[in-house]
Amino acid sequence: MNIHEYQSKEVLKSYGVTVPKGKAAFSVEEAVKNAEELGSKVCVVKAQIHAGGRGKAGGVKIAKNLDEVKNFATELLGKVLVTHQTGPEGKKVNRLLIEEGSNIQKEYYLSFVIDRQTAKVVMMASPEGGVEIEKVAAETPEKIFYERIDPVIGLAPFQATRMAYALGFPQEAIRKASTLMLKLYDAFIGKDCSQVEINPLVLTAENDVICLDAKLNFDDSALFRHPDIAALRDETEEDPKELRAGKSGLNYVNLGGDVACMVNGAGLAMATVDIIKFYGGEPANFLDVGGAATPETTAEAFQIMMDGGQAKGIFVNIFGGIVKCDNIAKGLIDAAKIIAGEGKPFPVPVVVRLEGTNVDIARQMLKDAAIENVMVAETMEGGAEKIVKLVNEKKSA
Amino acid sequence: MSILVNKDTKVIVQGITGKAATFHTRQMLDYGTKIVGGVTPGKAGQTVEGVPVFNTVADAVKATGATASVVYVPAKFAADSIMEAVDAELDLVVCITEHIPVLDMVKVRRYMDGKKTKLIGPNCPGILTTDECKLGIIPGYIHKKGHVGVISRSGTLTYEASFQLTNAGIGQTTAIGIGGDPVKGIDFIDALKLFKADPDTKAILMIGEIGGNAEEDAAKWISENMPEKPVTAFIAGRQAPPGKRMGHAGAIISGGKGKASDKIAALNAVGIEVADTVAHIGETVVNTLKKAGIYEVCHTC
Repeated sequence: MNIHEYQSKEVLKSYGVTVPKGKAAFSVEEAVKNAEELGSKVCVVKAQIHAGGRGKAGGVKIAKNLDEVKNFATELLGKVLVTHQTGPEGKKVNRLLIEEGSNIQKEYYLSFVIDRQTAKVVMMASPEGGVEIEKVAAETPEKIFYERIDPVIGLAPFQATRMAYALGFPQEAIRKASTLMLKLYDAFIGKDCSQVEINPLVLTAENDVICLDAKLNFDDSALFRHPDIAALRDETEEDPKELRAGKSGLNYVNLGGDVACMVNGAGLAMATVDIIKFYGGEPANFLDVGGAATPETTAEAFQIMMDGGQAKGIFVNIFGGIVKCDNIAKGLIDAAKIIAGEGKPFPVPVVVRLEGTNVDIARQMLKDAAIENVMVAETMEGGAEKIVKLVNEKKSA
Repeated sequence: MSILVNKDTKVIVQGITGKAATFHTRQMLDYGTKIVGGVTPGKAGQTVEGVPVFNTVADAVKATGATASVVYVPAKFAADSIMEAVDAELDLVVCITEHIPVLDMVKVRRYMDGKKTKLIGPNCPGILTTDECKLGIIPGYIHKKGHVGVISRSGTLTYEASFQLTNAGIGQTTAIGIGGDPVKGIDFIDALKLFKADPDTKAILMIGEIGGNAEEDAAKWISENMPEKPVTAFIAGRQAPPGKRMGHAGAIISGGKGKASDKIAALNAVGIEVADTVAHIGETVVNTLKKAGIYEVCHTC
């Protein structure tokens, strides 16, 4: 789960991490009021969306007085920001962070992530701050430093100190930098983060070390023990279809195309998206319905795929292992009744490929049900090819 | 021969009194697995599918001599169950449970340091040695005895691929689903080492997906260590957008890393053929076996 920058900074502050003074604003009036309360010479007006690259896209403004705060807030609230992470459709700005300006001497990069190979949390940092770390990794990998952390000991002070020196902090700021790292690690563990990214971490002209930006991601599987974090979720930042699917326990990702698919198992679902593209279709979504889908959840899955006219055709790709194919066929037939009504054609073509336990019974059931627009494919290849052909024919017609 | 488990392996089921665990205990018994006990705290003295239940793993091991366990315990408690099995010095623990917090698994891995237990999973379908035994939820009937070892990060893709192999007449030794989580037990290289040491396994099918770089590491290891056994691969997620989790916790392209194209390039670079679509996995294995001149011997069913 992702949260906004201002929320990340609140979480970090509760761990004693130094962040600039600031407060979220949902309206122009509130923005001005926050700036007034801050009373700092310079204010930063920052658009709050769940995507990086806001600065380059014009989502971060420096205001020298309250009038400028008002103007920038008016400009940004409601604006659709397009950054390299939002996709071409961009993201609408509904919230701002009004923050005191900082006197920047130097910018650094600092993050904590989980290293799969060593199964440890790793602290990763670079003196090249304020730019994308992927770029640093590609061009000057020697400028990235790592500390692997023993989960029993936690981040050891000597590791944090070593990192502060490696980054080239001046002597008077070493202790401040290493202390900040230790507190960030505490926050990472304390809230079950999957990533903490501070870019930039800043050394101020006064030799203070502060988190100028903060991005926290959380492990969805651990949210059950962090109701405070779960409450920070901003549903307006999420794809409405993904949100709706999540509420029915469906694993859905919108991919924007028009050839939809419904699959059991995450691996097969990814591979089904790939095979649709392979045969020249534009995949509409990734959808794993799991092994125990009921007719109701199957019907909901169909509705989500077709919502807004997105799916022009649907490929159902099921491998029945433990779950028997005839159960799945029954679910499909019942779902079709819910969607189309008894005896009516399904609104878009559906090609069904079933394989595994009791497949012959299942195919016969679908044939007997004879729902118009629902076809049975003998092979996965054939099914994928057919649905793409049907959708493309309809498009060119 | 096979790897990790065979018809003589004595197995306990942790969380045996749960609905899914009870169902799969029956399935495992029917496949021929020696399930000798189960563990659910507070349920000692009961039996499930004729199998005695114990309060602790230590009790179960003492009474039955089990050397392996399957964990079906809910996510909140599963990491603790794995550690209990490691503490009881079992040779193998298979954890089926999905959605275990990643930091819990970080602790488990640290706990396993220097101990003898091997872990498969979590968030995996388990392991099946053809016609001998299975630990987990892999449907038995799709597998036929033969000489190809299967390693996969995905459950349904394991079934799909094994089914295609069986239909093509290519039997299998053992199939291992290593699971879809970012922090887990056995990874590709660990499984490859086991298959390399197994004389019955003559070729290997490796099924990867986006996220991490285990496939790239495996490609390098194969080229340096296993010239004698041909490997075929498939990678799911060519169309996955960056930053989106595709079902599995570990299936995510982040920081420009973990892309399918990079994995396919790394495998191709060391001469490993990668199936172009999921429908062609069986066919691609057959091609690889023919090129290596072992198709006849691998055509077992």
